[in-house]
Formats: sequence, structure tokens, C-alpha cells
Amino acid sequence: MSQPPGAAVSLAEAPPAGTTSRPPAAQRVLPLRRPGRWIATAAVLVVVAQIIHGLATNPFYQWDRFRYWFLRPTILDGLLITLEVAALSAVLGLLGGVLLALGRLSGSPVLRAVSWTYTWLFRSVPLIVVLIFLYNFSALYQTLSLGVPFGPAFVTFDESRLATDMAVAVVGLSLNEAAYASEVVRGGILSVDQGQHEAAAALGLPKGYQFRRIVLPQALRSITPNYVNQLIGLIKGTSLVFYVSLLDLFGSVQTMGSTYPGDIVPLLLVATVWYLILTSAVSVVQFYVERYFARGATRTLPPTPLQKARTGLAEARARLRREAAV
Amino acid sequence: MTTTEKTPTTPTSPAALEVHGVHKWYGTHHVLDGIDLSVRPGEVTVVLGPSGSGKSTLLRVINHLEKPELGHVSVGGEPIGVRRHGARLRELSERAILRQRGRIGFVFQNFNLFPHLTVLDNVAAAPVATGKLTRDEARELARELLTRVGLGDRTGAYPRQLSGGQQQRVAIARALALRPGIILFDEPTSALDPELVGEVLAVIKDLATSGTTLVIVTHEIGFAREVADRVVFIDGGRIVEQGPPAQVLDHPRHERTRDFLAKVL
Repeated sequence: MSQPPGAAVSLAEAPPAGTTSRPPAAQRVLPLRRPGRWIATAAVLVVVAQIIHGLATNPFYQWDRFRYWFLRPTILDGLLITLEVAALSAVLGLLGGVLLALGRLSGSPVLRAVSWTYTWLFRSVPLIVVLIFLYNFSALYQTLSLGVPFGPAFVTFDESRLATDMAVAVVGLSLNEAAYASEVVRGGILSVDQGQHEAAAALGLPKGYQFRRIVLPQALRSITPNYVNQLIGLIKGTSLVFYVSLLDLFGSVQTMGSTYPGDIVPLLLVATVWYLILTSAVSVVQFYVERYFARGATRTLPPTPLQKARTGLAEARARLRREAAV
Repeated sequence: MTTTEKTPTTPTSPAALEVHGVHKWYGTHHVLDGIDLSVRPGEVTVVLGPSGSGKSTLLRVINHLEKPELGHVSVGGEPIGVRRHGARLRELSERAILRQRGRIGFVFQNFNLFPHLTVLDNVAAAPVATGKLTRDEARELARELLTRVGLGDRTGAYPRQLSGGQQQRVAIARALALRPGIILFDEPTSALDPELVGEVLAVIKDLATSGTTLVIVTHEIGFAREVADRVVFIDGGRIVEQGPPAQVLDHPRHERTRDFLAKVL
């Protein structure tokens, strides 16, 4: 800092002696070398290779038995149950969540209190307790009827017929899911700018339209990642329905494992890979859903993997051409 | 269900807007302290006042985004947000209030366009949602209005792809789409870069000269002088003075008006 500012400027402007005749390429800024990063990368690659090697060659994993079990009908039946329970609970849970969130945000103190209490209750009780509780429900209440409390009943169901294992599983998971979904949805709604509510009100848009067309589409942008998180938790949570004697993916693996104790490791691998596939599928859907709801929120949409690959290729080609020209 | 209370057209046609003894408190803060105001159809009123004087609140009370605690507002002779029940006033249902807002355009300081809808849909949404026009009619009208504000070529853009000035012009087109009898502007140029202010003021001026009733809260004194039929100066929740711009802006009678003008001019 001993130099006067003028000197620094003139220094930057005048090219060092002897370089004036060089082509402009000589002035290109060379990227910083990062040897540390290269060493770390190499080390991590070695570890990854070791893990893959171990997975592939260790007889403990019995990959031939994995192949035998992976597409067995009994496993696929279990997978189907898992999908069915997860899909139904996801839809019912989200619907319940939206209703609970609206209740929480309502002007009525009773609705607010009921929604809050529901969420509090089902977030506090472990899912497995809810499931086993429901499983034993038919013993507690023989019939379920719809009518005026303490008054006449209009419709009466025979509980033992209603409560199939599937129904118990779906109801249990939905009840639990709705409690979490309500907070996700409420957070999404709160994230929408107050000005949007005001603009919609100032235009006199009907209340339902305001929610469905103005608030919800914007809320969904922040609801999506959180709800997908929830959904992945739900898919894995379905493994608990085994305890209400429903043979889902985990249930089938568990049953087969006790019949063929030698195959327990490959069977667990089968379950792991299927859960990985389900989660991956959900993540792909998430990417495109998020992209859809990003319309208008960002100036340009995030590129799809295909677009990314294409621009990456084009950039690499351009760089090569530039280098060749120098 | 008296949506349009037809008032007989007497020689003295009803005021476009009447504010009757409006009071508003936020907690213990007395924001509006007995405001009375009457605006003739086609009149352009500019509301001036220091920040916190209650001018924005007054606008928001007019279209019932805020409820006055005392007094009421009438637009075109019809009370807003309330109905006469004998000698008293009863609060209207939310649905009825929403319907009334269709006749009062509102332009926000921060535009508040719907970011997930295209410019065209921002303008066309309200007439469709309120059942006034079919989708095709609304889009036709939206195209017409966007051309009028100079954005006929940006109908497919999303709001965030536009400059602030363009967004505010879309917001004006959106307010016009319901064919309101009166349009309220809440500091329409305060959130804009200085070089973008002119394009928005030009659109408002075009509305002013075409005979639309406007109430504009602004800090643009030059603009007020140019378009206002009347300038209303508010301070401490009260109207301090009002009159033609030449009088209020050039020969203010009150100390507070003079102080304010000295600061902003």
C-alpha cells in the first residue's frame, strides 16, 4: 500500500515489456491448480473402488441368491402391497393434511384447536403404536356408526368386516401422514407473500379460487420438496405394516428369511435395492414437479438432465475449438 | 342481494366515492381520525402526506382491505363492506365484499402480480374467476388492455421476466380488466427505479385524461400538479387541507402542509 493509487493503475494498464506483440491468447487467465483436491479425489476413488470390490466379490452377499430372489413372485407381491399402501396413504394423508392445514389457518378457534390437537396427538404417538392400536380396534368397537353423538345412528358398519389388514394399514399410515403433511402444507401456505393474498382479495376473486389458483400453486413450490421427504419416509414406514400381518415388501423378505435362514442377507439386499428404486423414482418425479411449479418463480427454468448434458457437450466442444484456435 | 343499488340519476349524480367519518385504530394508534371526503365521477384526487400519516390506510379502507372501526365508505352511492340495517350498519358477507371489490381497482406499491401466471393470465384471471367474461373474451380484453399500457408484445412473459415499470403497467391493466368505476393507486411508483417512473406515470395520466375516477397516493409532486383535479393533504390521520393543486401546492394555508412540501420539493 506504499504506492500512490495512480501508480497501481498505470501498472495494470501497461503490459509488461516484451509481451506487447504476443497474441491476446497469451493473456488468458490460467485456472488455479488445486493439487489438494486431486489428492482427495484420488483417495476417495480408491475407497469407493474398494467398497465396490467388496460388494462384488465377498461371498457373504451371495449375489446368485440375490438374483434368484429379486423377481420372485412372493417378493413382487410384497412390493405391490407396499406400493398400494404407500400410494393410498400418500393421497389420503395429503388430503387430510390440506384440510388440517386449512383448519389451523382458519378464523374459527374451534377448528384451529381441533387441527392443532390432532397434529399434536399423531405426531406424538409412534406409528407402530397407532397401527397395532387400530389392529385391535375391532375388539374395542364391534360396530362403527355414523349419526348424531348421543343420538340416533344413520349408518352402521360392522367393524370386523371393515377392518381388513389393508384398511388398518392404510388408515394408520394416513392418520400419521396427515399430521405431518398438515405442517408441510401449512408451511407452504405461510411462505406465500402476504401481497398475493391482498392482490387476490383486492381483485375480488372468490375465496375458493384464491386458494386453488393463486395461493396453492405458489405454496406447492415449497411444499413439494418437504412433502417428497415425507413421502420417502412413508414408503419406508410401510415396512411397519408387517406388524399388522400384512405381507409388504419387508414382510415377504422377513417371512422368506425365516423359512430360508441362509438367504437372509441376499433377501435384505433385495429389499434394499427395491426401496432404492422406489425412492429414486420418487426423486425423478420430484425434479419434474418442482420444475413445473418453478414457472414464473425463476427467470429461467432449471435445465433437465438431458438439457444439462447437451449444454455441457456444447460447451466442451466450444472450449476445444477455442484451444485449437490459439 | 342488492349488488347494484340503482340510485335515480338526479341532476346531482352521486359522488363516485364518499368517505363518511372514518376512524381506524391499530391497537392504540389512531391511524385515521375522522376522514370525510367526497370525489366526483371522473375526478382525479391525489393524496399527499408524510409517511405514517394514514394515506395508505385510507386507500385500503376504501376497498375494505381494512375495516374502519367507525364510519363507512360509499362507492357510486353504495356502502362498501356494510349494508344499511334500519339506522345501523351491518357487516356484509365476505362473498358480497369480494363482489363489491370488482368495482374498485387497486394498484399496489409492490405490484403484487401473480408470479406463476403469464402476463396475459394475470390480467384475464379476475374477469373469468368472477364470472363476468368467458375465458376467450377475457383474453381478448387482456390483450387490448396490455396493448393500451404498451405491453401488447409481452403477453406470454412471466412477471419476474419484466422490469418494475413493466410489471406495474401490467398491474394497472389487471385493475382495469374488471372495468372498475374507480381506481386506487397506492404509491404506484415508489418501488421503481427513477428512470422507470415516467412510463408508469404516463399510463396513469392517460387514464386520468380519459375520465376514469382516480385516487392516487404518491410522492410525485410534479405529477400531482399535472394530473390532479384536487390535492388532499393528510397528516396524523386527518385531512389538513384540500383543494386544486395550484392552491394546495403553491399557496398552502397550513403550516404542516408547508413543512411537508418544503421537505419533498
